[in-house]
Amino acid sequence: MKAKYIKQSIILLGLFVLLALSILLALSVGEINFSIKELIEITRNKTGIEYTIINNIRFPRILLGFAVGGSLSLSGVILQGVYRNPLVEPYTLGISGGAALGVAITIVFKLNLIFGIYMLPLSGFIGAVLTIFLVYILSVSKNHFDINKMLLIGVMISFISSSSMMFLMSTTTAENLHSIVFWIMGSLDEPNFLLVKTVFYASIAGLLIVYLFANPLNALRLGESKAKHLGVNTNFTIRVLFISASILTGISVSVAGVIGFVGLIIPHLLRMVMGTDYRVLLLASFLGGSIFVIISDVIARTIIAPNELPIGVITGMIGGLVFISVISKSKFKTN
Amino acid sequence: MPEFLKINELKCGYPSGFMLEKINFDIQKGSFAGIIGPNGSGKTTLFKSITGEISIIEGDILLNNTNISTIAPRQKARKIAIVTQNAEAADILVEDYVLMGRFPYKSTFQLFESKEDYALANKFMKLTGVLKYKDKLMSELSGGEQQLAAIARALTQEPELLLLDEPTSHLDISHQVQILNLIQQLNEDLDLTVLMIIHDLNLAGEYCNYLILMNNGKLHTKGTPKQVLNYKHIEEVYKTVVITQENPLSKKPAIFLVSGKTLNMNKHD
Repeated sequence: MKAKYIKQSIILLGLFVLLALSILLALSVGEINFSIKELIEITRNKTGIEYTIINNIRFPRILLGFAVGGSLSLSGVILQGVYRNPLVEPYTLGISGGAALGVAITIVFKLNLIFGIYMLPLSGFIGAVLTIFLVYILSVSKNHFDINKMLLIGVMISFISSSSMMFLMSTTTAENLHSIVFWIMGSLDEPNFLLVKTVFYASIAGLLIVYLFANPLNALRLGESKAKHLGVNTNFTIRVLFISASILTGISVSVAGVIGFVGLIIPHLLRMVMGTDYRVLLLASFLGGSIFVIISDVIARTIIAPNELPIGVITGMIGGLVFISVISKSKFKTN
Repeated sequence: MPEFLKINELKCGYPSGFMLEKINFDIQKGSFAGIIGPNGSGKTTLFKSITGEISIIEGDILLNNTNISTIAPRQKARKIAIVTQNAEAADILVEDYVLMGRFPYKSTFQLFESKEDYALANKFMKLTGVLKYKDKLMSELSGGEQQLAAIARALTQEPELLLLDEPTSHLDISHQVQILNLIQQLNEDLDLTVLMIIHDLNLAGEYCNYLILMNNGKLHTKGTPKQVLNYKHIEEVYKTVVITQENPLSKKPAIFLVSGKTLNMNKHD
């Protein structure tokens, strides 16, 4: 094996180990703590209240955390690559704003009471998709993408949707307001296992699709025109990557709410330690995001037990602090 | 001799503004051709019409009798490699950067490069003298070294035509000569056809065997350096008084600039 891949393989291996450890931690820690031995016993017996806790409560949360963390981080690393801008994250393009607006409309007009429990995530997803669609058609001119224009339009749409949402929030009842705020802050508590499975499969499918574009994404590091010179169909590549990242983000947000910072800091930290080769960075970002969200969720549900903090609070605080300390110590360049 | 690259009644340019018109020239296989002309004369526009970055409005560009705009991107990148003037300063390992030249040969499902790809990249890094930097980042190299790596990357594409946009514009004379000597060697040893934009008329005269002089979006003169680089053409296009003589060693045309003061003094004589 080439020497340059040894370090990267070790990091990937380390991430897999960390992921396994964080899953174990998340399974064993909570209102009732289990030792590893107990965990093995409980999963073997498949009976009792302990098994219900692990199988029906903790495991779905972990699966959702894995998928949402991976999706958000993967979307972040893709968008930063496509836009060649280190500050872009999945929420910059207004996807989360659109989803939040969709959910706010549903709550305010009580659509979820008419159409059932799927209405909340569905309206979030519809909001996200509409936003993507809007950003997309507004920034394509003559069948060609203007990447910078797209970024600006995304940021503006994000502002518009958050203002509209504030309008709704300021005119609605206290009860609705509480539901909206709670949704926005994000949570991995999703009782519907079908939704959790959907997010999980979508995240894996997204990872596989994106990997087909790892080499074009590598070439895009040189800029659009030089990538074109190498034979990269940049228009198609950017289109597929943008849509994949948007849908991954949209699905995550509509099920788990707005969990911030994952898509920004995880790709950054990993770029600092393993370089910019997307063939390893994509997988590493996915795993890193999963680990970060799973561990953050453990902290969120144990730190003020029996109450639960919104996970976005933890990802924002821990992520922000770790990121600042790392970036101020390193001679890291932002491009 | 077969026409390798044929530009036929080409009209191209920007939708609102600058246009090239009625461009006709042929480049034979194995030639070392240069595009010269003042700033804003259309050198880069012509270059970009060949690379496909500017769409052609009229006429056509044929490579081996195939219309260039009908060739798929990957296929085209196997035939034409491009080196631009600005350095590749990305945070990419030199070896990985050179290996990117194999992109047009990779299938969608092939994630990593094959042994053969590495062998080719190594061969051309050696040839261009950047092999010793292969584990450094591109951003750590000097401008001249980056340009050499860019040429190695271009060669790794195994092209038939090498297009260069002012490959020496930011470099000192030793690096200019080093890079142009290298290109000349590639042109002769690998029978690689070269077409480059070059600002420096002396270097153009010394290295190229065919020149295309552009002026105001039109082709002014084409031919051998001796035919193109005479003081009449240069004064007409560049609006600058020059003296042309023969380089005593290479017998190629050499151009001398004359300052305004000298010019005035000589007027009185």
